[in-house]
Amino acid sequence: MTIREKIRSFIGANLLVSGEDEEFSDADNLFQLGYVNSLFAMKLLNYVEREFDITVDNEAMDIRNFSSVLNIVSLVEKIRQT
Amino acid sequence: MTDSLQDRILAEAKDFADREIRPFAAVFDKNQGISRDLIGKMAERGYLAPCLPRLYGGLELDALHYGLFTEIIGKACPSTRVLLTVHCSLIGETILRWGTMEQKNRILPELAGGRRLAAFALTEPGTGSDAKNVQTLYRQQGDHYHITGKKKFISLGAIADLFLVLARGAAGEVTAFLIDRNSPGISIEPMTGLLASRAAYVAAIGFSDVCVPAENVLGKEGGGFTFIVNTALDYGRYSIAWGGLAIAQESLDVMVAYARNRKQSGRPIHTFQLIEGIIGDGVARVEAARSLCMHAARLRDQRHEDAVIHTTIAKYFASRAANRLASDAVQVHGGNGCYDEYPAERLFREAKVLEIIEGTSQVLQAVIAEYGLRKFYAGPSIKSTSL
Repeated sequence: MTIREKIRSFIGANLLVSGEDEEFSDADNLFQLGYVNSLFAMKLLNYVEREFDITVDNEAMDIRNFSSVLNIVSLVEKIRQT
Repeated sequence: MTDSLQDRILAEAKDFADREIRPFAAVFDKNQGISRDLIGKMAERGYLAPCLPRLYGGLELDALHYGLFTEIIGKACPSTRVLLTVHCSLIGETILRWGTMEQKNRILPELAGGRRLAAFALTEPGTGSDAKNVQTLYRQQGDHYHITGKKKFISLGAIADLFLVLARGAAGEVTAFLIDRNSPGISIEPMTGLLASRAAYVAAIGFSDVCVPAENVLGKEGGGFTFIVNTALDYGRYSIAWGGLAIAQESLDVMVAYARNRKQSGRPIHTFQLIEGIIGDGVARVEAARSLCMHAARLRDQRHEDAVIHTTIAKYFASRAANRLASDAVQVHGGNGCYDEYPAERLFREAKVLEIIEGTSQVLQAVIAEYGLRKFYAGPSIKSTSL
């Protein structure tokens, strides 16, 4: 699986029940759509650090980096390159 | 660090708690303050930073051993355990996770050595569970920020040297600030008349145009709720889970001791089946709470993505178990359970607050239900589209 597929799969498995019949694109802001709650940011953080063996430092601590599939993929790739 | 070294630290902590903490727990409660002498002794042994790296003066316990350490201290005195939950978990671990290198190097050794005590200033007179809506405000002026507002129910607030303060900016974004107690514009009002944590120096803190340099922002501006508060409360919940287990276990211990020694109608009360029923339920609840705490610990040590929800489950269950066990301990003690000559009365009071702080049981039920509604639903898969 690619990074994007892994992240899509992880997010899909964690949508709030009220959002499960909705569709989301890779560019959608999941927090603004209400598909995930703020605790999900923590879970997502733990997931990307563990799954991709990276450490997200406080410079990257911006909700925008976690708000969509595309932004998370971009964050992971950026950290991996440094 | 090896398990045997960590186990040795726990054995020493148990001896310390039995000698220096438990005999004075009722006195601290009555005097409305754990002794500063005790805080000093804990600092000397690294007990104010058991989970921080040795680099910063901590004991570097892993999550499991830190939990067991918290249980040892919390069994001896719940108010003393507050030092771990607030000073070490809510502040120390959060700075370790999100602080800049400069902040870590400057602050963590001071916290570990007890040269500064820290408090977490989130709750306000009008803001509890809805923590996103703090009313304390900040505005930026050059390379400084100015904070104005009021915080309430701040554990250790009356003696803390450093506050982690959550405030709201003009656009509604929440930011975390590290603020020195001596900053002009801070007022501190110790709170008395509390049900629990009477010895934990709970206070209301006022901020009147308090000036904070930009280097004292923790994390990024606007990341205060999603990252700082959620991280801190996750650490805090883990600590409270073990604090709940501590009260549950201590309640069971005092209940068993009383039931074996107290005689009515010419025989020890533990021989009455209805008392046996209470004790049997208590043992089962303590073991269940312990299993949940241990499971959360293992997931945290693995940095597993489900560590947060399992910590929430452990906190929810252990805090409720603490209340049930403490209530049953009072029941088994009868009239003596309603009198402060016995610890059951204090445990009963101390247990209640654990169902309120770091997420009320009702908020946690909703969070756990959301998790369950996903995890245990075997229905159709969620539709999605790709770009």
